[in-house]
Amino acid sequence: MRRTALASAAILAAATMLTACGDDDDGGSSSSSGDVEIMTWWTEGGEKAGLDALIENFDKDYPDETLQSTPIAGGGGSNAKKVILQRLQTGDPPSSFQGHAGAELLDYINTGAIQDVSSLYEEEGWNDIFPPSLIEMLTYDGAIYSVPANIHRANLVWANPSVLKDNGLPTTAPASIDDWIDDMETLKQGGMEAPLAIATDWTQVQLLETVLIADLGPDAYTGLWDGSTDWASSEVTDALDDYATLMTYTNSNRGSLDWPDSSGMVAEGESAYTVMGDWVPAGYDVDNLVPNKDYIWFPVPGTDGVYDFLADSFTLPVDAPNTEGAEDWLRVVGSKAGQTAFNKAKGSIPARTDIDPSEFGVYQQSAMADFKTDTIVPSLAHGAAASIAWLDAITSAVGKFSTDPDVGTLQDDLVSAADQFASTE
Amino acid sequence: MADQANRPKRRRRMHGIATWGPGLLLISPSIVLVGIFVYGLIGQNFQLALSDKHTAIQPETFIGLDNFKDLLTEDRFQHALTNLLIYTVAFLIGTMFFGMLWAILLERGIRGEGIFRSIYLFPMAISFVSAGVVWRWLLNGAQGEEAAGLNRLFQSLGPGGLQNSWWDTPNWGMVAIAMPAMWQLSGYMMALFLAGFRSIPDELREAARMDGASEFQLYRHVLFPQLSPVALSALIIAGHMSLKVFDIIYVIARNTYQVEVPATYMWQVQTFDQAKAATIASVLLIVVAVLIVPYLVYNHRTEKNR
Repeated sequence: MRRTALASAAILAAATMLTACGDDDDGGSSSSSGDVEIMTWWTEGGEKAGLDALIENFDKDYPDETLQSTPIAGGGGSNAKKVILQRLQTGDPPSSFQGHAGAELLDYINTGAIQDVSSLYEEEGWNDIFPPSLIEMLTYDGAIYSVPANIHRANLVWANPSVLKDNGLPTTAPASIDDWIDDMETLKQGGMEAPLAIATDWTQVQLLETVLIADLGPDAYTGLWDGSTDWASSEVTDALDDYATLMTYTNSNRGSLDWPDSSGMVAEGESAYTVMGDWVPAGYDVDNLVPNKDYIWFPVPGTDGVYDFLADSFTLPVDAPNTEGAEDWLRVVGSKAGQTAFNKAKGSIPARTDIDPSEFGVYQQSAMADFKTDTIVPSLAHGAAASIAWLDAITSAVGKFSTDPDVGTLQDDLVSAADQFASTE
Repeated sequence: MADQANRPKRRRRMHGIATWGPGLLLISPSIVLVGIFVYGLIGQNFQLALSDKHTAIQPETFIGLDNFKDLLTEDRFQHALTNLLIYTVAFLIGTMFFGMLWAILLERGIRGEGIFRSIYLFPMAISFVSAGVVWRWLLNGAQGEEAAGLNRLFQSLGPGGLQNSWWDTPNWGMVAIAMPAMWQLSGYMMALFLAGFRSIPDELREAARMDGASEFQLYRHVLFPQLSPVALSALIIAGHMSLKVFDIIYVIARNTYQVEVPATYMWQVQTFDQAKAATIASVLLIVVAVLIVPYLVYNHRTEKNR
């Protein structure tokens, strides 16, 4: 008798535990209809400051609505993307979520998880305010699925001017990749082990994409992603040869470094150059380095006049709770006040071309001028050019090349990656 | 009368339920939970691995073993498997060697045995993740002026020539990344072996010494053979941990191609290709099962015979 009682008690306990868990789940994910829930991976530093500035603008413009921000920490949104996917799969999407503009959103678009927002573009007149080539890049089958909050540029060289002067080199941009390689040879002869600082796999992908832009030109580079340029062509082989040569001037410990390490090597004069996006000045600011004195920048040789862009953007999920509130959020993201406040804090530049640059930093002002006139191409390493699966396959091939530098194998791998993934575009 | 005749029989039946009923009730919650959350989910994983759900939110259709064929013929997965093999061999040799060495030293009854035992066992109390953060720095590949961690140590204490790029070296890199795991688990191996030594009766040693066996012969012919069941358990425990390795590699090197193993590969693709991730998970499960199931069967048999 006593044993039976004990057993029933145990079952009862287990049952309560189960129901308790169930209750918990429901409580965590529900949101009342008046709220606008946005999910981002901006949790610290300039990114968080930028998000807070956007939220402030939203609260000012739409005092009747309550914005509920769900930030999920993790570099590049690695964790946030998983949570967003789960929420979408279980039919419980947030009102709006962050994603890199461009091909990275393809998975969501192809599976019908996010909606066309081109009507908002017309309403707000964004079609005339965002650069036409950016609009073209954001458009799939006549529809636009996201609103960019900012623009970053990936095809930049950051250089240490005093190191260049010491080696008798000019502090202006070399005219071509070949000239640039000559300069590196000079530096190497002068005793510098690694003139070009680089870090782990994804930074090598970024270097590769800029070399492809330089050697193929912006049109043929863009063609790599829509199938009009052949990955097996001899032009690509030539570009890969240049990439292989550049890699011989890089540091051998690249695998264990990340981008702050490689840009630090330039600041300390251990290397002369690094190729990285325009989030570098934010890091240099912290070290009190002065732009144009302690460090200089120029487009990767051969890519002058090309803006290799990536952008953070916000989407409108299908069946989003409080669609109207979500649209209001997107209006704020695209607005003049919103873009100004966000980008001043984050260090990137607005996607709008009608914002006065004088309020922004030295680098940002030069970037805003370029953005108006340059040809815009999508960045591979940062999700604008190819789907995540394709990028992953390319990153793996580039990582393999890092330890086993064989141009033929690299090109074969890139061709088979294109064969496998380009068809799904 | 009929009632009375039936009563003892019924009571006996009642008695039967009373014997196993409460026990079953007690364990049934865990049976249900394990059934759903372990075996149910394994089943679902296999179902996903046999489907073409390659993008995130796509309905799945059954496609048989295609995913397995694709995966096993893929260069990248073969590279990951080779890496895993190198890692496992290095890890097993390392932990077994140091575990045995320390066990032999401590088993000889040195003073302060308890302290040494704790010292060697202590790394196991640290999580792989926090140890990985430290080893990420120790195994930093930078050399010369930028050197950090072990390379800096070699540089300042001499032989500077020992500096190397650690896990960023082709193939041998996996041995470097196995070092933290050895450091963490050698103590555990030592504890297993020590328990094994302690379970050998002193009479056996005394008898061997009486018969004039040298110390080497004593270990070689008397003690080691007695240790083989312990060694087998140790091998299985370390082996299955090694095959599932993820945390230490992910913390030290992230998703670098150089040191990619099946588990980190799975983590990398799971956001955009669920079917592939499930296929990798299935292959991992099968590989570990190939190691563990025969061991469990063997254990079950020996226990039965006892």
